[in-house]
Amino acid sequence: MTQSRSTTRGITLATLWKDLRLEWRSKDAINSMLFFSLLVVVVFSFSFDPSAEESRQIAGGLIWVAFLFAAVVALNQTWARELRNQVLDAYRVSPAPPNSLFLAKVFGNFIFVIVLEALMTPLFIVFYRLRTIGPAWQLLLVAAVGTWALVVNGTFFAAMSIRTRSREIMLPLLLFPISIPAIVAMVQATTSILNGEGARFWIVLLVTYDLVFTTTCLLLFETVLSAE
Amino acid sequence: MKRAFPILGILTAILLSYALYLALVGAPTEQTMGDVQRIFYYHVPSAWTAFILFFANFGASVYYLIKRCPKADIVALVSAEVGVVFCTVVLVTGPIWARPVWGIWWTWDMRLTSTLVLWLIYVSYLFLRRFSSSGQTPLLAAALAVLGALCVPFVYFSIWFFRTQHPQPVMGGGGSIDPRMLHVLLINWLAFSCFAFLVCWSRYRLETLQREVDEAHAFRSLTDDPRSNR
Repeated sequence: MTQSRSTTRGITLATLWKDLRLEWRSKDAINSMLFFSLLVVVVFSFSFDPSAEESRQIAGGLIWVAFLFAAVVALNQTWARELRNQVLDAYRVSPAPPNSLFLAKVFGNFIFVIVLEALMTPLFIVFYRLRTIGPAWQLLLVAAVGTWALVVNGTFFAAMSIRTRSREIMLPLLLFPISIPAIVAMVQATTSILNGEGARFWIVLLVTYDLVFTTTCLLLFETVLSAE
Repeated sequence: MKRAFPILGILTAILLSYALYLALVGAPTEQTMGDVQRIFYYHVPSAWTAFILFFANFGASVYYLIKRCPKADIVALVSAEVGVVFCTVVLVTGPIWARPVWGIWWTWDMRLTSTLVLWLIYVSYLFLRRFSSSGQTPLLAAALAVLGALCVPFVYFSIWFFRTQHPQPVMGGGGSIDPRMLHVLLINWLAFSCFAFLVCWSRYRLETLQREVDEAHAFRSLTDDPRSNR
């Protein structure tokens, strides 16, 4: 048992490290995500032209919509990379536990999206003249659990959508409907914190969502990976 | 089994016409809303039928994931398809009723929103089935169905809290229902369920045939010489 658990951890870390190094050298995902969300920010600010008070009301929605669209860019690349040279098929026949591969991909995407958020948030604050009334540290918590919710489902559905025709368009079609409760919770939590209201309900909802969907994805991933 | 199908068809036709008669003539007219309220006898039974079908889809998908039985996959496909149709009926009849009664076509009320999200989830399920290559479809679809069903309570909770935060301008409270209306409603529900079952059944037979034909084609292309293929 301990043997298999340590192999799982080893393979997870090895895959994660490989993905991070690949990303560090190419910077494909992070660059396209950054530029994409920058465009979203600029386009939104032209379309709404909000005052400081208004932007506090709409910023939660804008931020998360920008991050959601940007995350899809990264998520689409996760598995596409493994299709080249039949790496995914090699994974399928190897005795490595499928969940370690899944976890590595989820952690990798989580890191990418968190880096993106860390770089984009200052820009948001400047462009939209944001000042929070509530405790700002809670926003970090919301960012972490919200991103995890997007990324865990996104990685799972990306693995599904590479098995389909027109795979690029399939991911948002699958991901967005299932993510609606998480998106409502993220946006509401962010808006409540910005306006100095309590966000406890939403954070608890997000954590529950994370737990339920992480467990289910881990249970189902092997099926999806080996589906023939 | 084959004889049961036309018998059920005739029964459903009789039941549907009786239910239509009851809904349009038999049921008492509502005091404040008038005849507009009669759409209720289509709206609510469709909603219940759709929910039952989505539940059937979930059950069949779980069964498929455990047993890998192709019949369960067909049941899941069929119930999702027919469920989406009934859910569409709900989403269309709702605004038709809401316009004269509430004065607006749509409000982001809890029930409306969660039904819409449910509809979105199952439409995406049908998209996945349409776009994935045939061999993998059952497994991928079953996995999505499980995730989608798990999502439903979250949808309900999030929207419940989201919407009760704000004042509700139009939504009336619960209130009680006239027993005669309830009777008509239940008859309609029975008729709609029979109808849904009938449609599912014929769709099931069609899908089974389709798969047999596909298999026969695949088999022939393996065994015959290339020129005699389609």
